[in-house]
Amino acid sequence: MTTETSAKKFIMGAGDTAAGREQMNVVIVGHVDHGKSTVVGRLLADTGSLPDGKLDAVRKECQRTGKPFEWAFLLDALTDEQDQGITIDTARSFFKTPKRDYIIIDAPGHIEFLKNMISGAARAEAAALIIDAKEGVRENSRRHGYILSMLGIRQIVVCVNKMDLVDRSETHFNAIEKEFRAFLAEIGAASPTHFIPISAMNGENLATRSDKMPWYKGPTFLESFDGLQKAPSKIDRPLRMPVQAVYKFASQGDDRRIVAGRIESGKVKVGDKVTFLPSNKTSTVKSIEAFNAEAKAEIGAGWSTGLTLTEEIYITRGELMSHEANAPLVSTRFRANMIWLGKKPFVPGRDYKLKIHTQSQPVRIHKINKVIDASEAGSVLNKDHVGRHDVADLILETRQPIAFDAIAEGESTGRFVIVDGYDIAGGGIINGAEKDDQEDLRAEARVRDFNWIRGGVNREQRAVRLGHRAALVMFLGKSGVGKHRYARALEKSLFDRSMSSYMLDGTNVLLGLDADLVWLESTQHELVRRFAEVAHILLDAGTIVVSTTNAIGLGDVAAVQALIPDFEVVPVLIDPTGAVCDACDLRLSGKESEEEAIAKITAVLKQRQITNP
Amino acid sequence: MDTLDQLEQQSVYILREAFRHFERLCMLWSIGKDSTVLLWLARKAFFGHVPFPLVHIDTSYKLPEMIQYRDRLALEYKLTMVVGQNVDILKQQKTFPATQHLPDGHPDKVSRQECCGFLKKDALTNTLNGTWPRQRMNLKTGKYELDADREPYHGVIVGARADEEGSRSKERYFSPRDKNNLWDVGEQPPEFWNQFKTDFAPGTHVRIHPLLDWTELHIWEYIKREKIPTVSLYYDQGPGTRYRSLGCGPCQAAIASTAKNVEEIIDELKSGKLKNIAERSGRLQDGKHGLEELRREGYM
Ligand SMILES: Nc1nc2c(ncn2[C@@H]2O[C@H](COP(=O)(O)OP(=O)(O)O)[C@@H](O)[C@H]2O)c(=O)[nH]1
Repeated sequence: MTTETSAKKFIMGAGDTAAGREQMNVVIVGHVDHGKSTVVGRLLADTGSLPDGKLDAVRKECQRTGKPFEWAFLLDALTDEQDQGITIDTARSFFKTPKRDYIIIDAPGHIEFLKNMISGAARAEAAALIIDAKEGVRENSRRHGYILSMLGIRQIVVCVNKMDLVDRSETHFNAIEKEFRAFLAEIGAASPTHFIPISAMNGENLATRSDKMPWYKGPTFLESFDGLQKAPSKIDRPLRMPVQAVYKFASQGDDRRIVAGRIESGKVKVGDKVTFLPSNKTSTVKSIEAFNAEAKAEIGAGWSTGLTLTEEIYITRGELMSHEANAPLVSTRFRANMIWLGKKPFVPGRDYKLKIHTQSQPVRIHKINKVIDASEAGSVLNKDHVGRHDVADLILETRQPIAFDAIAEGESTGRFVIVDGYDIAGGGIINGAEKDDQEDLRAEARVRDFNWIRGGVNREQRAVRLGHRAALVMFLGKSGVGKHRYARALEKSLFDRSMSSYMLDGTNVLLGLDADLVWLESTQHELVRRFAEVAHILLDAGTIVVSTTNAIGLGDVAAVQALIPDFEVVPVLIDPTGAVCDACDLRLSGKESEEEAIAKITAVLKQRQITNP
Repeated sequence: MDTLDQLEQQSVYILREAFRHFERLCMLWSIGKDSTVLLWLARKAFFGHVPFPLVHIDTSYKLPEMIQYRDRLALEYKLTMVVGQNVDILKQQKTFPATQHLPDGHPDKVSRQECCGFLKKDALTNTLNGTWPRQRMNLKTGKYELDADREPYHGVIVGARADEEGSRSKERYFSPRDKNNLWDVGEQPPEFWNQFKTDFAPGTHVRIHPLLDWTELHIWEYIKREKIPTVSLYYDQGPGTRYRSLGCGPCQAAIASTAKNVEEIIDELKSGKLKNIAERSGRLQDGKHGLEELRREGYM
C-alpha cells in the first residue's frame, strides 16, 4: 500500500462481514490512558468504518456539554462505562481492508479489569499493544505483554503512541523499543512483530503514513495488520480429540452411541484405529456422524464432530482420543506457567479444580518454582503462594492421571484454567509432564493394554449380560478396623443381587503367586504390582472385585490405579479417627453396621454408574 | 472451513458444553431468526435431537403467524415446548396497547417500556425460576397443558449477538446472572480460551450465548445454506415493507424494503443499504439505553 492509501477503500458497516471473506480477530491492549480508544476510534474514522453522522453527533454532544472531544466517547456504548470514564469490558469494532475483515477487540487497560482483557485476548489471533511515548513502558504494558504471550498470541504489533509529545524523536522511540524487547525476552515472552511510532490523535502512521517521521521506514499500523498471518491449519498435526460427551438418544428411538468432541488437531478416517488416554482403551472408527450434512469418511481439525466405534467401549468425558503413534502425555504432574486473578491467593495444601480441554480434576500445587510480578522488570517474588495478578512457574498435581500435551506440541490440549469456588481464578500453559511415582507402572499398563489379545466376548457385551460394569472396590485402613467384615458382606450382597462379585484378599495372592518373593522393603512394589495384575484379569472378566489387604496401604492406591487405568477403582477408607481422605470415594468409621456400609457403597457404585440404578 | 463453518462449529461446541454442565438447561426461543438458527444448531450439536426444553415468552401480542410457526416446528422437531406468560397483567389489562386510549398522564396508562417490563422481563424471570406456572405442549395432541415441572432453570441459552447492540458486545459466552437476575457487567469472571463459567452458586444462573460472534449477515447466509424455515414476516409480501426483527405487533414497525426472500435480504445487507439503520430500529420500545437496562434487569 502506498502513502495515498485512500481511506475510501475501507468501506464498512458494522457486521456486514461476509462468509466468503477471511476474518481476523485482533485484540488491542495497553496501559490505561496510553491511547487504545484513540487508536481504535481514529482507525474506524480513517477507514470510513463509522455509521454516517456518528462522529459528528459525538462531537456535537461534546460541544453541548462543554467537554473536549475524546475518541473514547465514540466507543463508549455503555451507560455504565461513560459514568466511570473507563472502558470496562471488551468491546468489538469491525473494519475491513481489501485483504480481509477485522474484528478489533478493545480490551481495557485498567488493572481491575484484567479478567476482561484476558477474555478478549483469549479470542484473538494477533494483538496491538499501545505504549505512550511520553510515559514509556508502564506496569500494564509489561503485564499485558506477558499475558499475550501466555495466551499463545505470537503476532504482536507494538505502537509507540503520542509521538507528537516527544518531538517525534527517533532516539526516544528506539529507547522504548529496546527496553520493551529486553523485558519480554527476560520473561520468556514472544518478541513483537513490529514497533511503530504513531500519533493516534493526529492519525499519523495509523491508516496513512506520517511525513513528520521520515526516519521511520516500516509499515503503517494498517499495513502491519494486513501483514499478519492466519494461524496455519492444524490438520497435519497429530490427532487430538478430547471427548466432550458420549450421546445415546435411545428414548428418541436413536440407537447410535456417539462419541462427541471437537477435533483440536489432526484428522481421523473411518476405519482408523484410535486410542483413548488415560484409560488406554482402543477401538476403530465406524462412522462420522452429522445432522443435515453429507456423510463424510474423514474429518479434521476444527470440527465439532461425533463418531461411532466398531467396538463399543466405555469411555467418558475428558479422555483424549489420538492415534496410537503420536499419543499425548499422561501424568498426574506437569510443569506450568500461569497467571492468577482470584481475589484469594492460590495456595499449596488445598484442592482446586483444574479444567483442561474437556477434563476436570481436583488439583494442588506440588511445587512453586518461582512467582513473578509481571508488571516489573526483574522481580522474582519470594512467595510460597501465588497472589492476585502474580504469574508463576510451578508444578501442579492432579488426583488422577490426565492426558495432555506440552503447549509447544498442542495448543488446545496444553492450556488449562483453575477454578476456585465457582469462578475461574487462574489460567496457564503446560511446559511439559513431570515424572511422578507411577510413571513406570503406567508405561507397563500401556504396553499391556495396547497389545492385549482380546477374546470373543467384549467388555460391553459382558456388562450387558451381567447388568453392571467391572470395578475394584478397595477397603483400606489399619488392621482390626473391620475391612474384612465389610468386604465379605459386600461380596455376598452383590452376589445375592445377581451380580458377579469376588473377594480378592491380598493374603491369598501372597500365599501362592508371591511365594517366590522374599520379604524385603523393596519387594513391596512388586507385591502391589502382582496384586493389581491379578485384579486386572478378574476385572477383565467383568467382575466387581472387592479387596482387602494390609499389604496394600493408602499410598499404594495410586500404584494400583496406574496399573488399572481402564477400570473403575473405588477406594473406601475405614478409619475410626475420622481422618480426612481426599483420594477416597467414601470414608467409614468402622462403627456402621454391615447393612449401613453396604448401602453407602451401593450408592457410590450407582453414582459412578458401575451398577445401573 | 469457511467463516460460517467456523461459527457453526464453535456454537456447537458451546451448546454441548452447556448441555454437559447444566442439568436444568433451557433455550429461549423468540421465534425470531437468531433463536431459530440457534435451535437448528442444537439439532446439529445433538445429531438431530434437542435434549432440553425450549422456552417461549408469549406476550399475547405476538403476530399470529409466529405462534403457528412455533407450534408447527415444535411438533415436527419433537421439542419440549414450554410457554410462559404474565397472565395477571393481561387479565388486568395493564399493558401498553390496552391503555393507549387513556389520556397522557393518566395514572393507569402503561408506557411501552413498562409494558415490556411486565410482559417480557417479569414473565421471563418468573417462568425461568418457576414461580409462575408454565405451559407445556403435549406432542400427542399438539395442545398446551400445565407443566408439572416447576423447578428453576440454571442454564439459559440465548441467541444474543455481539453486533446487535452496544450492551451485547460486553457479554461472555457464559455470563453469570445473580440471584435477582442481575448482570454485573463489571464483575464478570474471565473466559480463557474455551473454558467457560460452568460452576455457579445456588440461586444464581448462567446465560449462554452460542451466537455471540455471529453477525446479522452470517445469520441470513446460514439460513440460506441450511435451508432453515423462517417466518414470512421477514419478507416483503408486496407493500414494500418487511420486518427486520420480530417483536410484538403493536410495537413493531416494518422497515422499507422490497427484499422478498433470503437471497434478497443478503443482497440488501451486503449493499450497505441498511448500514445506518440499527437492526432493532423497528422496535419502538428500545429508546436510548433502554435495552441495556432491560438486559441488566434480566430481560434477555
Ligand atoms: N497528544 C496526544 N494525545 C493522545 C494521543 N492519543 C491519545 N491521546 C490522549 O490520551 C488520552 C488517553 O487516550 P485514550 O484513547 O482514552 O486511552 P485508553 O485508556 O488507552 O483508551 C486521551 O486524553 C487522548 O486524547 C496522541 O497521539 N497524542
